[in-house]
Amino acid sequence: MPRIFVYIVHRGGVVDDSAAELVAAAKKIDATAVPTAILTGFGPELEAACSSLSSGFGEIWKVANAALVYPNGELVRQALVRVLPSGSIVLVSHDHFGIDLSPGLSIKLNSAFASDVLTIDGIEGNSLKLARQEFGGQVNTHVRCDISSGAVINIRPGAFKPLANLPAAGVVVDKSSEVGTLVARRRYLETIVAEAGDVDITKHSVLVSIGRGIQEKDNVALAEELAEVLGAAVSCSRPVVDAKWMAKSRQVGSSGKTVKPKVYLACGISGAFQHLAGIKGSPFLIAINKNPKAPIFQVADVGIVDDLLEFLPELTNKARELRGVAAK
Amino acid sequence: MEILVCARRVPDTSENEIELNAAGNDIEREEFVYSVNEADNYAVEEALQIRDRVGGNVTVVTVDGEDGEEILRRQLAMGANQAALVSDELFNGSDGKGIATILKAFVEKAHYDLILAGVQADDGAAQVGGMLAAMLDYPFASLVNSITVEDRKLKVSREIEGGNREMNEIDLPCVLSIQTGINEPRYVGMRGIRQVASVPIPALAASDLGVDNGAVGEAAAKVKRVDYFIAAAGKGAEMLHGSREENADRVLELVAAKGGLK
Repeated sequence: MPRIFVYIVHRGGVVDDSAAELVAAAKKIDATAVPTAILTGFGPELEAACSSLSSGFGEIWKVANAALVYPNGELVRQALVRVLPSGSIVLVSHDHFGIDLSPGLSIKLNSAFASDVLTIDGIEGNSLKLARQEFGGQVNTHVRCDISSGAVINIRPGAFKPLANLPAAGVVVDKSSEVGTLVARRRYLETIVAEAGDVDITKHSVLVSIGRGIQEKDNVALAEELAEVLGAAVSCSRPVVDAKWMAKSRQVGSSGKTVKPKVYLACGISGAFQHLAGIKGSPFLIAINKNPKAPIFQVADVGIVDDLLEFLPELTNKARELRGVAAK
Repeated sequence: MEILVCARRVPDTSENEIELNAAGNDIEREEFVYSVNEADNYAVEEALQIRDRVGGNVTVVTVDGEDGEEILRRQLAMGANQAALVSDELFNGSDGKGIATILKAFVEKAHYDLILAGVQADDGAAQVGGMLAAMLDYPFASLVNSITVEDRKLKVSREIEGGNREMNEIDLPCVLSIQTGINEPRYVGMRGIRQVASVPIPALAASDLGVDNGAVGEAAAKVKRVDYFIAAAGKGAEMLHGSREENADRVLELVAAKGGLK
């Protein structure tokens, strides 16, 4: 069995939650595996991150370099190629950093690449069986990944549950001297924080959230009318922002806002994981979608198969009756 | 600036419900309506806008069977200067690395300052752009949602968590994977597509590009799809089967009961 490495993301000296999920994934590849942690960075923050790793790892490989103070995918890739032994299995979280890093890393290591993995379903010889999703979660697919010359495997955030009772982490091994000079053809400049927007969807207890099913910009008013009667806010999924029908500040999801309402009305939202990742605190989820096979119905509490453009006005009328609000 | 956009023809999920076939080993493809992958369409629009600002040419390439010509025709109608179909039975069953290998061979037949690809396809893995960059040894940035051209370099922003944007400077030549929403792709009607009906689209095979046959196709693929299946992600919703009016009443009861109405 090849050596398994877990690439660990850290910010301000604090290790990302994905680290424990990646250890769980490593144990699915080989129950006896004691993965090696690998961290890149520089200075006291890197030291703090390395020493905070409490359990689950054999060795902790520290790669310190002034050029790695910000996790620039280009530079991290160069550093990892110089440090990782050939034939390694490398687990990375499939977030914006993993998407940036891993495909190119697999080429430079001459290993296989498996993207956005949901489950690891066993190994036969050099063939690892994995499950992924396609078409926004409408179907799943098993893939076989040949690990004979190593593999870079990107793991979907949240797909693997952290394990309890892991052995204490081992010693920190300083690998910095193996990196040498890093050449930055892509240079990090700054991070621009998202604008707050006119409505703060993170503060509302009811969200009327619209997706591609709203079909056109003029129909957004149907959701706004309902939200007004309910005292709710209108939020949305990515396609609505891409189409410029609502501001980015209204988007729920991994590339948008994280919300914690009591009730979430998913209207014409298919239920891709990037969207669901932005809904926290287990709200009561009511889904309305004309496609009975939409993945949102697998995770909703209550589902209605109906045409949104007909159902929303009906709901608004009923809410006005209930609340004694005159129709406009 | 010479710009190449790598585009792909995919099932249009707004027009199709994805279902398993009777044997359960594939999805039902008979009735599919196809279109250009959404993120690739944004990439083409971005390439056209850059060309219109700084000059140059936009070439669109796809690796596909002869049906791939359909999306190339559409991209020409949007305003691309030229298009190329890379097609060979030897390519069947290629994984992401195989496709990147084919595209690398195509890139090396000419000179491009900037190569764009969509960040991901609905049935894809967000991999080909990053792989192609590594094979060419060009710098790469993923999830790009804005591009400004400077002297022999670009300023790009990447979409990161929480709607934040990571600003980077990147040297040319480079490869970027383009995120949806970066621009508003222009609409192309049937009339526009008819106007480019006679524009020749060269078809290139493995031998035209000098692709190493051993590096592409199913035999070279390290990652292979085995089957398709449907897995319930959660416990499943309680479905309401009443009339529209009854369902609306029930939804309001539930919203109130769950503490949503004050």
